[in-house]
Amino acid sequence: MHVAHLSLADFRSYASVEVPLDPGVTAFVGPNGQGKTNLVEAVGYLATLGSHRVANDAPLVRLGAERAYVRGSIVREGRTTLAELEINPGKANRARINRSPVPRPRDILGLLRTVLFAPEDLALVKGDPGERRRFLDELLTARAPRMLGVRQDYERVLKQRNALLRSAAMARRAGGRGASLSTLDVWDSHLAVAGAELTAARLELTGALQPLVDKAYDEVSSGGGPTVLEYRASIGDEPLPADRRLIHDALMAAIERQRPSEIERGVTLVGPHRDDVLLKLGALPAKGYASHGESWSYALALRLASYELLRADGGEPVLVLDDVFAELDARRRERLAELVAPGEQVLVTAAVAEDVPAVLAGARYAVSAGEVRRTV
Amino acid sequence: MYEGAVQDLIDELGRLPGVGPKSAQRIAFHLLAADPADVRRLVNALVEVKDKVRFCTVCGNVAEADQCRICLDPRRDPSVICVVEESKDVVAVEKTREFRGRYHVLGGAISPIEGVGPDDLRIRELMTRLADGEVTELILATDPNLEGEATATYLARLCKPMGLKVTRLASGLPVGGDLEYADEVTLGRAFEGRRLLDV
Repeated sequence: MHVAHLSLADFRSYASVEVPLDPGVTAFVGPNGQGKTNLVEAVGYLATLGSHRVANDAPLVRLGAERAYVRGSIVREGRTTLAELEINPGKANRARINRSPVPRPRDILGLLRTVLFAPEDLALVKGDPGERRRFLDELLTARAPRMLGVRQDYERVLKQRNALLRSAAMARRAGGRGASLSTLDVWDSHLAVAGAELTAARLELTGALQPLVDKAYDEVSSGGGPTVLEYRASIGDEPLPADRRLIHDALMAAIERQRPSEIERGVTLVGPHRDDVLLKLGALPAKGYASHGESWSYALALRLASYELLRADGGEPVLVLDDVFAELDARRRERLAELVAPGEQVLVTAAVAEDVPAVLAGARYAVSAGEVRRTV
Repeated sequence: MYEGAVQDLIDELGRLPGVGPKSAQRIAFHLLAADPADVRRLVNALVEVKDKVRFCTVCGNVAEADQCRICLDPRRDPSVICVVEESKDVVAVEKTREFRGRYHVLGGAISPIEGVGPDDLRIRELMTRLADGEVTELILATDPNLEGEATATYLARLCKPMGLKVTRLASGLPVGGDLEYADEVTLGRAFEGRRLLDV
């Protein structure tokens, strides 16, 4: 698939901009702070309903405007679909497909799929477990939009359960009569049901990624592996069963074990919101042991593996490389460029033209002061 | 900003659920232009609703006397109770004309985020009604969202030792709709709750 036209209104620094796009490579070149990343961020937003730079929508709307619009013509197997999003910070976003409103914005998920490489990706290897959970969850949603609902259900149960535990803990500390925990059992069972579904999906995904990450790491760094992904569940060190019902039972048992400390601390201590994926390089964990270059290779391998996985599901995703070449040494830069060059559509941003490897010749746009002008 | 009374009215209207600043302004100017008799009627209706309407001492539904019309009606089956969150849910179920039992209005759903626990709902009153053994079936008709489901689960567990028949309303596809327009969660639920066709 590819984006044939991108149109923004009141999005980030753009009051209004129209960008026609072709399949193949397109590079946006311009000094920092001129709005290159804003363009690819908008493409990513159409695909994921989220930004890779910020957690909430307010910064996406141009200063002084009330809402932002992102429109993209998406071509897939010769058919063009127009996807439109109205971003209302603090309120519900609205979406239209081919000019007809759809009931929920998430109905547009799946029309466009992207794999985005960004300088922030290094945090997948070096950062907190939350980064790796987000990586898995976003890929889950890209593969099956239904998973967005599963994630939201789980987060809602977690919030309710934490609110209950917190008020109980506060009442205990105040020494007054303990706040009622009579509904805790109910939240336990809802947490286990939603948690088991999310955990099972992440386990399956980790298994599917494993061989692809290993292959991609080898291609990027020519040796140095093998890489091993190990899903680490908060409910215990033993490997999790693959079956959703067994995970549910294991979660219930762990919740029961943790109950005294949960009531003490007023927070939910077990469940997929505290899981992690251990990224191993050889026998050692990459975090803390891998060099800077190796960490970059690992991060690139994770993104390349997502690309392969989405491609195998059908519908080749759009590749977005946001300011990533400047971060890499010459060899990794060339390798990555060779690997992504055959993609159906590759969108690249760079501060200077020399940062774009020669293999990625194609259309060029100069971006400065909110103007996007085609140069090649 | 408008002057004095007009702005006061817009502010008050704007506090109503579902009324934004624009709608509040439109309603305010409609009232300004309306016939004084019409406005008087509206004022009386507002005053009366606060003066006259009470909550049924048995089921918690809105009533004009000690008990509501449904609880006073001898033709209603006293052995079945349908548990709902709000009075407006009673009206919704009544419209079906399918249900001939009585109701119990909880006054909300369990939601720790909003500080609503079982003690804040009319659950103790429900237990009292169930104690004498006249009721044989409890239908849980709380909303099909997380809080409604949690409330239903809580009540089902509470009532289990009583030997009652406890049922939950089915979730599934809207009648007269198209399968392709159903969202995945609803469709998934409908699959879970599928039943044998008797032919």
